[in-house]
Amino acid sequence: MRRALATLALLAALVSPGFDTSALAVEPSEMLRDPGLEARARSISEGLRCLVCQNESIDDSHAELAADIRQLVRRRLVDGDSDTQVRDYLVARYGQFILLKPPFEAQTLLLWGTPLIALALGLAGIAFAARRASTQRRPSAPLSPAERRRLDELLGQDAGATPGGATKAG
Amino acid sequence: MIVETGHFALVLALALACVNAVVPLIGHVTRDGRLLAVAQPVAVAGFGFTLAAFAALTYAHVTSDFSLVNVIENSASTKPLIYKITGVWGNHEGSMLLWVLILAVFAAAVAVASRGMPADLRALVLCVQSWIAAAFLLFILLTSDPFTRILAPPIEGQDLNPLLQDPGLAIHPPLLYLGYVGFSMTFSFAAAALIAGRVDAAWARFVRPWVLIAWVFLTLGIAMGSYWAYYTLGWGGFWFWDPVENASLMPWLAGTALLHSAVVMEKREALKVWTIFLAILAFSLSLVGTFLVRSGVLTSVHAFANDPRRGFFILVILVAFIGGSLALFAWRGGSLRQGGLFAPVSREGALVVNNLLLTAACATVFTGTLYPLALEAITGAKISVGAPFFNSTFLPLAVPLFVLMPIGSTLAWKRGDLLGAAQRMVVALLAGLAACLAFAAIEGAPAQSYALAGLAVFVIVGSLADLARRLGMDGLAGAWGRAVHLPRSAYGTAIAHAGVGITLLGLAATGWGHENILTMKAGDVARIGPFTAQVEAIAQEKGPNYTAAVARTVLRRDGRVVATVEPQSRFYPVRKMARAEAGIVTIGLGQFYESIAAPIGDHLDVRLFWKPLVTLIWIGALVMGLGGALSLSDRRLRFGIAARSRRPPAAVPAE
Repeated sequence: MRRALATLALLAALVSPGFDTSALAVEPSEMLRDPGLEARARSISEGLRCLVCQNESIDDSHAELAADIRQLVRRRLVDGDSDTQVRDYLVARYGQFILLKPPFEAQTLLLWGTPLIALALGLAGIAFAARRASTQRRPSAPLSPAERRRLDELLGQDAGATPGGATKAG
Repeated sequence: MIVETGHFALVLALALACVNAVVPLIGHVTRDGRLLAVAQPVAVAGFGFTLAAFAALTYAHVTSDFSLVNVIENSASTKPLIYKITGVWGNHEGSMLLWVLILAVFAAAVAVASRGMPADLRALVLCVQSWIAAAFLLFILLTSDPFTRILAPPIEGQDLNPLLQDPGLAIHPPLLYLGYVGFSMTFSFAAAALIAGRVDAAWARFVRPWVLIAWVFLTLGIAMGSYWAYYTLGWGGFWFWDPVENASLMPWLAGTALLHSAVVMEKREALKVWTIFLAILAFSLSLVGTFLVRSGVLTSVHAFANDPRRGFFILVILVAFIGGSLALFAWRGGSLRQGGLFAPVSREGALVVNNLLLTAACATVFTGTLYPLALEAITGAKISVGAPFFNSTFLPLAVPLFVLMPIGSTLAWKRGDLLGAAQRMVVALLAGLAACLAFAAIEGAPAQSYALAGLAVFVIVGSLADLARRLGMDGLAGAWGRAVHLPRSAYGTAIAHAGVGITLLGLAATGWGHENILTMKAGDVARIGPFTAQVEAIAQEKGPNYTAAVARTVLRRDGRVVATVEPQSRFYPVRKMARAEAGIVTIGLGQFYESIAAPIGDHLDVRLFWKPLVTLIWIGALVMGLGGALSLSDRRLRFGIAARSRRPPAAVPAE
């Protein structure tokens, strides 16, 4: 919660009073003795959203709920769950909202596809513009015999009517 | 009385904006020079009135006039003077007032500092600028009036949010707004060009200083915000991919693309339509950012419901300006003739790739920020899109950009020589590889980190090597002459690019930082990276409007004292809020960072960090800003000179 507030604060936004930020996010008392398990717990925590905060991971959050989930993650790890099992358990309990990195599936197709779609659209646009530019610049096709005759007629008329007109037209 | 005068000045500013929104346009249509000439003085007067309004609000804050709702809600008589001043924009109403003030500053700057510009272009630019000003002035006066009085004034105010009581508030929002609002200038230029139906290299040259100004301020504003977050928040993070941060990153990405495409347009008259589009896009994204932050639609649905008028009003402004400008673009954009041709491998080609990657990155941030909102509105499903998503999609787009950056800037215009460019990169490539191996050997950090560090060194060396090559072309003897004659923008480019590399190196180095979380009491010693930290004493202190617990900590390396820090855990009684003030000391380019929680008995929870090279993240941004400023000082871009040397001043009918 504190981070959401502060980032808002960074744009000098309105911030509501009354949040306590006197505690650290991950508290020493929560941490596991086994450094390997603790490292796994931290890396899982970084990918889990604090449900009462805005876009903040439980690893960074000061909310009580975040502390509860941090402890829950550690308990499951101590009980021998794999990382995936811990995540699946939390998704079953809290819904996909808890994952900061949404899984790749039908409803997130457009989200994950955006970089590729944007690149593809951009490349298509560039190809189109390049084609258009090169066709604009291509020297025009030579005149057909009929056009040539017509041009000679016109030039002839012009030259006949006003002396020196042909040089202008040329 | 001063407050009422300020309020009235704001109304007058709105009236003047309305004048400028209409009269120059009529002047353009009827080709009446007298109507066009109205734009300049009105813009300057509008700035004067907006400044008066802002000064009046500042006066009320400084004198703690608790008959104003805005002052009651955001100030207290015990608050230090600097926060009384910065508190003016530390709230919704005041920050919107700062927004329109900066808008007016830019309008006045165009009116005063653009003598060489054709009269109708200048008048149209000021006209479009006034539409924006009118919309936002109306927004302030109707929904967010900072001058609202209260009948029974309280004796004391509610104080400013403690998180905002920081020097950062003095610098960050004004810088960021100068950047955001700076892009309103490029937007106005684009719209004016579309209305006039004329876009050429001269236009690009007129608009480029404004793009540079906006970009430099936005770069510095974002960096400053990031550093502020880093030192206030207490766990050493500096970028969170928060919607509010993304709101400032999107215009930065679009603005960076614009900066580069405007170069192509100025030099080669190519990419016209695209440059106009980017100019519209950069400001549209600034507006989207303002909407996201101001309406509260992303942070909380309730903030929107609290005052739906605000969110709705900004949404209307957003739709009107983005929709209107895109319609104008669709209508007139097609008639713009494309200019110079170029081969795929050329400076232009490289800049097109730069634009492609930057806009793709921008689109990714945009989708990631708004996707949860859209998905919930359409299907009702709630998902989160956070840092892990952005890290894994943004990086693949950014890495090719970094790789191509030094190579692209050595390519020749029109037709480049890729092999030659690659040969010129040999030194940089070797430096990058050496750095990568060195970091891997010393730090043994995750592979991704030292690969990125190597890339960063490649970018830095590559950017500067290109400059060195251009200086050394005639051997050492000719170098001085070349150094003098090389345009400043060439230095600017090289330095700004090197700045990107420096920031990247700082980011890469986060991979080999150290962290230690533990409970300590006075006298305890903890290891952190190459140091030991000892808490010497825990004391209570009293500040002007807070009380604090201070943990004096001594940092030693190999038994010798390196530094002493005093992290605090503060409590602000008026707001009943606590806030950590981290103890930070810079050692070399790295930082030792300690934050503490409120003590329980004689113990307290401590979080210690050693962050090697972390300062490079912000030093790099400063270097980028310096590069931009150098480009801005280039002779060719100085206001007026370009036009004077190219053509006689446009004729204005004499009065």
